[in-house]
Amino acid sequence: MLSLSEVSVGLAGHPILHRVSTSVSPGEVVALVGPNGAGKTTLLSVMAGDLAPSAGTVTLDGTPLSAWKQLPLARRRAVLPQEHRLAFGFRAAEVVRMGRAPWARTASEAADDEVVASAMARTDIEPLASRTFPTLSGGEKGRTSFARVLAQTTPLVLLDEPTAALDLRHQDQVLAEARRLASGGSAVVAVLHDLSVAAAYADRIVVLAAGEIVADGPPREVLDADLIGTVYEHPVDVIEHDGRLLVVPSRIHP
Amino acid sequence: MSLRAGALIGGLTVALVATVVVAAGRGQLAIPPAEVVGSFLHGIGLPFGPLPEHPQGDVTLWQVRFPRVVLAVLVGAALSAAGALMQGVFGNPLAEPGVVGVSSGAAFAAAIAIVYQLTFFGAWTIPVLAFLGGLVTTVSVYLLSRADGRTEVVTLVLTGIAVNALAGAGLALMLFLGDTQAREEIVFWQLGSLNGTRWIYVAVVAPFVGLGVLGALIVARSLDLLALGDRAARHVGVNVERLRMFSIVLVAMLTAAAVSFAGIIAFVGLVVPHLVRMVVGPGHRVLVPASALGGALLLSLADLFARTAVPYAELPIGMLTSLVGGPFFFWLLRRSRRSAGGWA
Repeated sequence: MLSLSEVSVGLAGHPILHRVSTSVSPGEVVALVGPNGAGKTTLLSVMAGDLAPSAGTVTLDGTPLSAWKQLPLARRRAVLPQEHRLAFGFRAAEVVRMGRAPWARTASEAADDEVVASAMARTDIEPLASRTFPTLSGGEKGRTSFARVLAQTTPLVLLDEPTAALDLRHQDQVLAEARRLASGGSAVVAVLHDLSVAAAYADRIVVLAAGEIVADGPPREVLDADLIGTVYEHPVDVIEHDGRLLVVPSRIHP
Repeated sequence: MSLRAGALIGGLTVALVATVVVAAGRGQLAIPPAEVVGSFLHGIGLPFGPLPEHPQGDVTLWQVRFPRVVLAVLVGAALSAAGALMQGVFGNPLAEPGVVGVSSGAAFAAAIAIVYQLTFFGAWTIPVLAFLGGLVTTVSVYLLSRADGRTEVVTLVLTGIAVNALAGAGLALMLFLGDTQAREEIVFWQLGSLNGTRWIYVAVVAPFVGLGVLGALIVARSLDLLALGDRAARHVGVNVERLRMFSIVLVAMLTAAAVSFAGIIAFVGLVVPHLVRMVVGPGHRVLVPASALGGALLLSLADLFARTAVPYAELPIGMLTSLVGGPFFFWLLRRSRRSAGGWA
């Protein structure tokens, strides 16, 4: 579905991504992990079509991303940004409905109410429906934005730190929803910080370090204590608990 | 459309019609509302209602009052719709048509015409130049603030400030160069007034205002999405650059059309959309038409006050709107600083 080949990006003469090649297929959840400044958000921007790579190609459904027009692209991919800002005091329900904008004047428009209601139910924001967005807490804003992304109903979903500012329950809920999207045939890419969370929900983990992909594969393959320790420049323990992988930093006591 | 929005638009329409009828009857020659309506109906070929009893009544209404009242409606609607549009484009409730330099650019161009007594468009020279000046200023602000194929809002606003300063300097130069009569003319134009409105003014302004408001309604839905920010708006399929360009041309058109004949009337575009948002929320599909109606109502009332408050004298209407708008702007500034949604 989405394929990147030899993608390099430089911002203000500073190399951010270097010859990155990877692909995302329908039905899989891909976690994008790596230390701060590794280029995760930049890579997601390239995937979203916000940022044109200085070298290399990005194709969506076989067509270069740069050749896609805004509207058809908006019907194929949705993006959850890292920051949730809104210029005016729209109500949460109105914000979720904004996700339906690409489907205006199409046959899918008839389903708007239903899709919006279901997106709000799945993100647990029904009680916030008539609150204005700027008055919501960080986590509530995040869930509202996620509901907007769900309402867009696209086969490619890009999530930049979807679990930031979320409590335990809602973290779980958002990622379970990402899994549900994948089992429905969508492709999901999520920038994540918690490696245990990535291990629990992702089919594949892509590890970025200094703008290059250093590992790309199933969690059990990628989450190697040595590899992760090297990438993060901090020793970690990878523990198996009840059949789940947990990555915890080794505590260094001075 | 919600019940609330319907009620607001209905209420504003009724209030506007009532204000227009009453305003047309007020002045040195008082004409009761019934006779105003009667004269109007007779004028458009419907022989209903009483005609004005005063022998000069009909003539006064049709030659002095009606064009002035109609222009007040048009200018108010234009300024207010332009304000709503601009705030949507900038994602900032503090943006005002004056910010991008339309008003000062137009004033500068008009001042050139006044000082050098340019007459290549006959009596239309000043309005035409004002319009061109406003348009040129707006477009240059837009082009100057563009970088890497996109426009940062902060850069746009700051460029607007710089261009405003330049146009202000040019205006000061024109005041310096002009003779006493030219100075007086420029100053009065700067203060803003609807005095001496003729039908020809209305005929020039009406199509611009009509097209401008129609255009604003067309982009209303996209403007809602722009509130998400440029990137997120693109993600939901909005062609942000095209929307911005189109909206800026609309803003320039609406503001310049208003400024051309009425001079600089500030803050209408700030106050009205804000009040509308407080009642029905920020959705542009209601905000734009309600602001246009509200602006028309506000300016009709302001003009009525301007020409009747002091007997045998006209207050400058721009002074009145600034008197109310200035403190309002300050209040809004304080309020926006406190709330998270204010600065974008």
